[in-house]
Amino acid sequence: MANLKEVRIRIASVNSTQQITKAMKMVSAAKLKRATDAIVQMRPYANKLKDILANLTASLEGNESPYTQQREIKNVLLVVVTSNRGLAGAFNANVIKAANLLVADKYDAQKRDGNLQIIAIGKKAQDYFTRNKFNVIGNNNEVFNHLNFDEANKIAEEVMSGFVAGKWDKVEVVYNQFKNAGMQILTTEQLLPVVPSVNQSANQNNADYLLEPSQEEIVLGLIPSSVKIQLYKALLDSHASEHGARMTAMDKATENAGDLLKALRLSYNQARQASITNEILEIVSGANALAAQ
Amino acid sequence: MQLDILTPDKKVFSGEVSAVSVPGAKGSFEVLNNHAPIISTLEKGMVKLTGKDGKMEFEITGGVIEVLNNKVIVLAESI
Repeated sequence: MANLKEVRIRIASVNSTQQITKAMKMVSAAKLKRATDAIVQMRPYANKLKDILANLTASLEGNESPYTQQREIKNVLLVVVTSNRGLAGAFNANVIKAANLLVADKYDAQKRDGNLQIIAIGKKAQDYFTRNKFNVIGNNNEVFNHLNFDEANKIAEEVMSGFVAGKWDKVEVVYNQFKNAGMQILTTEQLLPVVPSVNQSANQNNADYLLEPSQEEIVLGLIPSSVKIQLYKALLDSHASEHGARMTAMDKATENAGDLLKALRLSYNQARQASITNEILEIVSGANALAAQ
Repeated sequence: MQLDILTPDKKVFSGEVSAVSVPGAKGSFEVLNNHAPIISTLEKGMVKLTGKDGKMEFEITGGVIEVLNNKVIVLAESI
Protein backbone atom coordinates (compact mmCIF):
# COMPACT_ATOMS: atom_id res chain seq x y z
CA MET A 1 0.00 0.00 0.00
CA ALA A 2 1.37 3.35 -1.06
CA ASN A 3 2.55 5.74 1.53
CA LEU A 4 -0.09 8.34 2.42
CA LYS A 5 2.19 11.32 2.12
CA GLU A 6 3.55 10.22 -1.27
CA VAL A 7 0.09 9.85 -2.69
CA ARG A 8 -0.90 13.25 -1.35
CA ILE A 9 2.06 14.88 -3.07
CA ARG A 10 1.28 13.14 -6.35
CA ILE A 11 -2.34 14.26 -6.20
CA ALA A 12 -1.23 17.84 -5.72
CA SER A 13 1.17 17.65 -8.64
CA VAL A 14 -1.32 16.04 -11.02
CA ASN A 15 -3.83 18.65 -9.95
CA SER A 16 -1.58 21.52 -10.89
CA THR A 17 -0.69 19.86 -14.19
CA GLN A 18 -4.36 19.58 -14.93
CA GLN A 19 -4.86 23.25 -14.22
CA ILE A 20 -2.09 24.12 -16.65
CA THR A 21 -3.42 21.94 -19.43
CA LYS A 22 -6.90 23.30 -18.88
CA ALA A 23 -5.63 26.87 -19.12
CA MET A 24 -3.62 26.06 -22.25
CA LYS A 25 -6.68 24.56 -23.84
CA MET A 26 -8.68 27.68 -23.17
CA VAL A 27 -5.95 29.96 -24.47
CA SER A 28 -5.70 27.86 -27.63
CA ALA A 29 -9.43 27.97 -28.13
CA ALA A 30 -9.36 31.76 -28.02
CA LYS A 31 -6.41 31.95 -30.37
CA LEU A 32 -8.02 29.43 -32.69
CA LYS A 33 -11.00 31.72 -32.99
CA ARG A 34 -8.77 34.58 -34.06
CA ALA A 35 -6.78 32.41 -36.45
CA THR A 36 -9.88 31.10 -38.21
CA ASP A 37 -11.20 34.67 -38.43
CA ALA A 38 -8.04 35.62 -40.30
CA ILE A 39 -8.62 32.79 -42.74
CA VAL A 40 -12.19 33.91 -43.29
CA GLN A 41 -11.00 37.49 -43.86
CA MET A 42 -8.48 36.38 -46.43
CA ARG A 43 -10.81 34.12 -48.37
CA PRO A 44 -12.78 36.69 -50.46
CA TYR A 45 -9.55 38.26 -51.65
CA ALA A 46 -7.97 34.93 -52.53
CA ASN A 47 -11.08 33.69 -54.32
CA LYS A 48 -11.51 36.85 -56.35
CA LEU A 49 -7.87 36.89 -57.35
CA LYS A 50 -8.06 33.26 -58.39
CA ASP A 51 -11.24 33.95 -60.38
CA ILE A 52 -9.75 36.83 -62.31
CA LEU A 53 -6.53 34.97 -62.96
CA ALA A 54 -8.30 31.80 -64.08
CA ASN A 55 -10.63 33.84 -66.27
CA LEU A 56 -7.78 35.57 -68.01
CA THR A 57 -5.34 32.70 -68.33
CA ALA A 58 -8.00 30.45 -69.86
CA SER A 59 -8.03 32.47 -73.04
CA LEU A 60 -4.36 33.28 -73.03
CA GLU A 61 -1.78 30.95 -74.44
CA GLY A 62 1.94 30.76 -74.25
CA ASN A 63 2.38 33.45 -71.67
CA GLU A 64 5.91 33.25 -70.38
CA SER A 65 6.18 34.64 -66.93
CA PRO A 66 9.46 34.28 -65.05
CA TYR A 67 7.40 32.53 -62.38
CA THR A 68 5.96 29.81 -64.60
CA GLN A 69 9.23 28.76 -66.17
CA GLN A 70 9.77 25.00 -66.04
CA ARG A 71 13.44 24.19 -65.65
CA GLU A 72 15.48 21.11 -65.06
CA ILE A 73 15.31 20.52 -61.34
CA LYS A 74 18.78 21.01 -59.94
CA ASN A 75 18.18 23.16 -56.93
CA VAL A 76 15.21 22.66 -54.72
CA LEU A 77 13.79 24.80 -51.96
CA LEU A 78 11.45 23.43 -49.34
CA VAL A 79 9.38 25.74 -47.21
CA VAL A 80 8.45 23.86 -44.06
CA VAL A 81 5.82 25.43 -41.84
CA THR A 82 5.64 24.39 -38.20
CA SER A 83 4.87 26.21 -34.98
CA ASN A 84 7.12 27.98 -32.52
CA ARG A 85 5.91 26.01 -29.54
CA GLY A 86 5.37 22.37 -28.84
CA LEU A 87 2.69 20.62 -26.80
CA ALA A 88 0.41 20.35 -29.79
CA GLY A 89 0.29 16.62 -30.18
CA ALA A 90 1.87 15.26 -33.34
CA PHE A 91 1.44 18.57 -35.14
CA ASN A 92 5.09 19.42 -35.69
CA ALA A 93 6.33 15.85 -35.88
CA ASN A 94 3.92 15.19 -38.75
CA VAL A 95 5.14 18.12 -40.81
CA ILE A 96 8.77 17.21 -40.29
CA LYS A 97 8.08 13.60 -41.10
CA ALA A 98 6.28 14.59 -44.30
CA ALA A 99 9.15 16.86 -45.30
CA ASN A 100 11.63 14.06 -44.70
CA LEU A 101 9.56 11.64 -46.74
CA LEU A 102 9.30 14.13 -49.56
CA VAL A 103 13.06 14.56 -49.59
CA ALA A 104 13.68 10.82 -49.54
CA ASP A 105 11.09 10.31 -52.23
CA LYS A 106 11.81 13.02 -54.77
CA TYR A 107 14.88 15.01 -53.90
CA ASP A 108 17.40 12.48 -52.69
CA ALA A 109 19.88 13.32 -55.44
CA GLN A 110 19.60 17.05 -54.78
CA LYS A 111 20.16 16.48 -51.10
CA ARG A 112 23.31 14.43 -51.72
CA ASP A 113 24.70 17.13 -53.97
CA GLY A 114 23.91 19.77 -51.41
CA ASN A 115 21.38 21.45 -53.68
CA LEU A 116 18.46 21.12 -51.31
CA GLN A 117 17.71 24.21 -49.31
CA ILE A 118 15.16 24.75 -46.64
CA ILE A 119 13.31 27.76 -45.35
CA ALA A 120 11.91 26.83 -41.99
CA ILE A 121 8.99 28.83 -40.68
CA GLY A 122 8.52 28.23 -36.99
CA LYS A 123 11.08 27.33 -34.39
CA LYS A 124 10.40 23.60 -34.37
CA ALA A 125 11.36 23.09 -38.01
CA GLN A 126 14.25 25.52 -37.66
CA ASP A 127 15.68 23.53 -34.75
CA TYR A 128 15.16 20.17 -36.37
CA PHE A 129 16.67 20.95 -39.75
CA THR A 130 19.60 22.86 -38.30
CA ARG A 131 20.34 19.99 -35.95
CA ASN A 132 20.24 17.49 -38.81
CA LYS A 133 22.65 19.51 -40.91
CA PHE A 134 20.25 20.56 -43.61
CA ASN A 135 20.93 23.67 -45.59
CA VAL A 136 18.65 26.07 -43.76
CA ILE A 137 18.29 29.64 -44.98
CA GLY A 138 17.48 32.50 -42.70
CA ASN A 139 15.44 32.55 -39.58
CA ASN A 140 11.70 33.08 -39.64
CA ASN A 141 10.76 32.35 -36.07
CA GLU A 142 9.20 35.77 -35.56
CA VAL A 143 6.57 35.39 -38.26
CA PHE A 144 3.92 33.84 -36.06
CA ASN A 145 4.22 36.54 -33.40
CA HIS A 146 2.31 38.97 -35.59
CA LEU A 147 1.04 37.00 -38.51
CA ASN A 148 -0.13 39.31 -41.28
CA PHE A 149 0.20 39.66 -45.01
CA ASP A 150 3.27 41.89 -44.81
CA GLU A 151 5.22 39.30 -42.85
CA ALA A 152 4.28 36.56 -45.28
CA ASN A 153 5.14 38.92 -48.09
CA LYS A 154 8.75 39.25 -47.00
CA ILE A 155 9.26 35.50 -47.21
CA ALA A 156 7.38 35.27 -50.49
CA GLU A 157 9.52 38.03 -52.01
CA GLU A 158 12.67 36.23 -50.95
CA VAL A 159 11.45 32.93 -52.39
CA MET A 160 10.31 34.50 -55.66
CA SER A 161 13.43 36.57 -56.28
CA GLY A 162 15.53 33.48 -55.60
CA PHE A 163 13.51 31.53 -58.13
CA VAL A 164 13.82 34.20 -60.79
CA ALA A 165 17.55 34.50 -60.13
CA GLY A 166 17.89 30.75 -60.62
CA LYS A 167 18.90 29.98 -57.04
CA TRP A 168 16.33 27.20 -57.07
CA ASP A 169 14.30 25.57 -59.81
CA LYS A 170 11.43 24.27 -57.78
CA VAL A 171 9.83 25.41 -54.54
CA GLU A 172 7.50 23.26 -52.50
CA VAL A 173 5.77 24.07 -49.26
CA VAL A 174 4.84 21.56 -46.56
CA TYR A 175 2.25 22.59 -44.01
CA ASN A 176 -0.86 21.56 -42.12
CA GLN A 177 -4.02 22.60 -43.87
CA PHE A 178 -6.82 23.61 -41.55
CA LYS A 179 -9.95 21.51 -41.82
CA ASN A 180 -11.52 22.03 -38.44
CA ALA A 181 -10.40 22.29 -34.84
CA GLY A 182 -9.92 18.56 -34.53
CA MET A 183 -8.50 17.87 -37.93
CA GLN A 184 -5.49 18.98 -39.91
CA ILE A 185 -4.63 17.81 -43.38
CA LEU A 186 -0.95 17.48 -44.05
CA THR A 187 -0.36 19.13 -47.40
CA THR A 188 2.51 19.49 -49.83
CA GLU A 189 2.06 22.12 -52.48
CA GLN A 190 4.17 23.32 -55.33
CA LEU A 191 4.72 27.05 -54.96
CA LEU A 192 7.02 27.68 -57.92
CA PRO A 193 7.01 27.33 -60.86
CA VAL A 194 3.38 28.39 -60.74
CA VAL A 195 0.97 25.73 -61.84
CA PRO A 196 -1.51 27.37 -64.20
CA SER A 197 -4.88 27.38 -62.51
CA VAL A 198 -7.61 25.62 -64.39
CA ASN A 199 -10.89 27.40 -64.56
CA GLN A 200 -13.68 25.23 -63.27
CA SER A 201 -16.35 27.86 -62.94
CA ALA A 202 -18.96 27.63 -65.67
CA ASN A 203 -19.56 31.34 -65.97
CA GLN A 204 -16.19 32.21 -67.42
CA ASN A 205 -15.88 35.04 -69.88
CA ASN A 206 -19.43 36.03 -69.23
CA ALA A 207 -18.55 39.60 -70.07
CA ASP A 208 -16.29 41.30 -72.53
CA TYR A 209 -13.99 43.00 -70.16
CA LEU A 210 -11.96 46.01 -71.09
CA LEU A 211 -8.46 45.03 -70.14
CA GLU A 212 -5.90 47.53 -69.03
CA PRO A 213 -3.01 47.64 -69.80
CA SER A 214 -3.33 44.30 -71.66
CA GLN A 215 -4.30 40.76 -70.90
CA GLU A 216 -0.71 39.55 -70.76
CA GLU A 217 0.40 42.33 -68.51
CA ILE A 218 -2.47 41.84 -66.10
CA VAL A 219 -1.77 38.12 -65.87
CA LEU A 220 1.94 38.69 -65.39
CA GLY A 221 1.18 41.26 -62.73
CA LEU A 222 -1.22 38.99 -60.89
CA ILE A 223 0.93 35.86 -60.81
CA PRO A 224 3.27 37.17 -58.09
CA SER A 225 0.24 38.18 -56.02
CA SER A 226 -1.19 34.71 -56.32
CA VAL A 227 2.10 33.19 -55.14
CA LYS A 228 2.12 35.53 -52.17
CA ILE A 229 -1.46 34.65 -51.36
CA GLN A 230 -0.71 30.94 -51.61
CA LEU A 231 2.09 31.23 -49.10
CA TYR A 232 0.06 33.49 -46.84
CA LYS A 233 -2.77 30.99 -46.90
CA ALA A 234 -0.35 28.20 -45.95
CA LEU A 235 0.84 30.25 -42.98
CA LEU A 236 -2.67 31.11 -41.83
CA ASP A 237 -3.80 27.51 -42.19
CA SER A 238 -0.83 26.24 -40.27
CA HIS A 239 -1.40 28.82 -37.55
CA ALA A 240 -5.03 27.83 -37.13
CA SER A 241 -4.12 24.13 -37.28
CA GLU A 242 -1.54 24.62 -34.57
CA HIS A 243 -4.08 26.00 -32.15
CA GLY A 244 -6.60 23.37 -33.17
CA ALA A 245 -4.07 20.62 -32.56
CA ARG A 246 -3.01 22.11 -29.24
CA MET A 247 -6.59 22.46 -28.13
CA THR A 248 -7.30 18.80 -28.85
CA ALA A 249 -4.05 17.66 -27.25
CA MET A 250 -4.64 19.70 -24.12
CA ASP A 251 -8.22 18.55 -23.89
CA LYS A 252 -7.02 14.96 -23.94
CA ALA A 253 -4.32 15.77 -21.38
CA THR A 254 -6.87 17.34 -19.05
CA GLU A 255 -9.05 14.31 -19.39
CA ASN A 256 -6.15 11.96 -18.67
CA ALA A 257 -5.17 14.00 -15.64
CA GLY A 258 -8.75 13.65 -14.43
CA ASP A 259 -8.59 9.87 -14.76
CA LEU A 260 -5.26 9.78 -12.98
CA LEU A 261 -6.62 11.91 -10.15
CA LYS A 262 -9.56 9.57 -9.70
CA ALA A 263 -7.28 6.55 -9.39
CA LEU A 264 -4.96 8.37 -7.02
CA ARG A 265 -7.81 9.55 -4.80
CA LEU A 266 -9.07 5.98 -4.57
CA SER A 267 -5.72 4.62 -3.46
CA TYR A 268 -5.30 7.59 -1.11
CA ASN A 269 -8.59 6.83 0.59
CA GLN A 270 -7.76 3.14 0.76
CA ALA A 271 -4.44 3.93 2.42
CA ARG A 272 -6.11 6.30 4.85
CA GLN A 273 -8.76 3.74 5.81
CA ALA A 274 -6.15 1.04 6.22
CA SER A 275 -4.10 3.20 8.53
CA ILE A 276 -7.18 4.07 10.62
CA THR A 277 -8.10 0.40 10.86
CA ASN A 278 -4.56 -0.35 11.95
CA GLU A 279 -4.62 2.31 14.63
CA ILE A 280 -7.93 1.08 16.05
CA LEU A 281 -6.58 -2.44 16.03
CA GLU A 282 -3.54 -1.33 18.03
CA ILE A 283 -5.62 0.63 20.56
CA VAL A 284 -8.08 -2.19 21.06
CA SER A 285 -5.41 -4.83 21.48
CA GLY A 286 -3.53 -2.50 23.84
CA ALA A 287 -6.66 -2.01 25.94
CA ASN A 288 -7.30 -5.76 25.93
CA ALA A 289 -3.77 -6.41 27.13
CA LEU A 290 -4.23 -3.92 29.98
CA ALA A 291 -7.59 -5.42 30.96
CA ALA A 292 -6.10 -8.91 31.06
CA GLN A 293 -3.49 -7.91 33.67
CA MET B 1 -23.16 50.66 -57.30
CA GLN B 2 -21.66 48.27 -54.88
CA LEU B 3 -17.97 48.67 -53.99
CA ASP B 4 -15.77 46.24 -52.07
CA ILE B 5 -12.18 47.03 -51.23
CA LEU B 6 -10.37 43.90 -50.10
CA THR B 7 -6.91 43.23 -48.76
CA PRO B 8 -5.58 39.83 -47.71
CA ASP B 9 -5.87 40.87 -44.07
CA LYS B 10 -9.38 42.29 -44.08
CA LYS B 11 -12.26 43.90 -45.89
CA VAL B 12 -11.46 47.57 -45.83
CA PHE B 13 -14.63 48.96 -47.32
CA SER B 14 -17.94 47.61 -48.46
CA GLY B 15 -20.95 49.65 -49.43
CA GLU B 16 -22.85 51.74 -51.93
CA VAL B 17 -20.92 54.45 -53.73
CA SER B 18 -21.74 56.81 -56.54
CA ALA B 19 -18.18 57.19 -57.86
CA VAL B 20 -14.74 55.75 -57.26
CA SER B 21 -11.48 56.84 -58.80
CA VAL B 22 -8.50 54.51 -58.88
CA PRO B 23 -4.84 54.77 -59.95
CA GLY B 24 -4.91 52.55 -63.04
CA ALA B 25 -1.77 51.27 -64.71
CA LYS B 26 -2.46 53.51 -67.70
CA GLY B 27 -3.39 56.48 -65.61
CA SER B 28 -5.98 57.28 -63.03
CA PHE B 29 -9.60 56.74 -63.99
CA GLU B 30 -13.00 57.06 -62.43
CA VAL B 31 -15.74 54.47 -62.32
CA LEU B 32 -19.31 55.74 -62.27
CA ASN B 33 -22.62 53.91 -62.36
CA ASN B 34 -23.09 51.56 -65.32
CA HIS B 35 -19.43 51.51 -66.20
CA ALA B 36 -18.43 48.95 -68.84
CA PRO B 37 -16.88 45.76 -67.48
CA ILE B 38 -13.17 46.29 -66.94
CA ILE B 39 -10.22 44.58 -65.32
CA SER B 40 -7.22 46.75 -64.73
CA THR B 41 -4.09 46.57 -62.66
CA LEU B 42 -3.55 49.39 -60.20
CA GLU B 43 -0.45 51.34 -59.32
CA LYS B 44 0.55 52.88 -56.04
CA GLY B 45 -1.76 55.75 -55.32
CA MET B 46 -5.03 56.87 -53.84
CA VAL B 47 -8.43 55.23 -54.17
CA LYS B 48 -11.03 57.97 -53.77
CA LEU B 49 -14.67 57.16 -53.40
CA THR B 50 -17.85 59.15 -52.99
CA GLY B 51 -20.45 57.38 -50.97
CA LYS B 52 -23.52 58.17 -48.93
CA ASP B 53 -21.46 59.42 -46.00
CA GLY B 54 -19.26 61.66 -48.09
CA LYS B 55 -15.86 61.14 -49.58
CA MET B 56 -13.25 58.68 -48.41
CA GLU B 57 -9.68 58.01 -49.45
CA PHE B 58 -7.44 54.97 -49.18
CA GLU B 59 -3.82 54.75 -50.13
CA ILE B 60 -2.87 51.49 -51.82
CA THR B 61 0.46 50.10 -52.96
CA GLY B 62 -0.93 48.32 -55.97
CA GLY B 63 -3.55 45.78 -56.88
CA VAL B 64 -6.29 45.13 -59.35
CA ILE B 65 -9.83 46.34 -60.01
CA GLU B 66 -12.72 44.47 -61.53
CA VAL B 67 -15.96 46.14 -62.59
CA LEU B 68 -18.92 44.01 -63.64
CA ASN B 69 -22.64 44.79 -63.61
CA ASN B 70 -22.33 47.71 -61.22
CA LYS B 71 -20.26 45.67 -58.82
CA VAL B 72 -16.77 47.00 -58.23
CA ILE B 73 -14.10 44.98 -56.51
CA VAL B 74 -10.74 46.47 -55.66
CA LEU B 75 -8.08 43.99 -54.57
CA ALA B 76 -5.35 45.99 -52.86
CA GLU B 77 -2.10 44.51 -51.65
CA SER B 78 -1.89 46.74 -48.66
CA ILE B 79 -3.54 49.86 -47.37
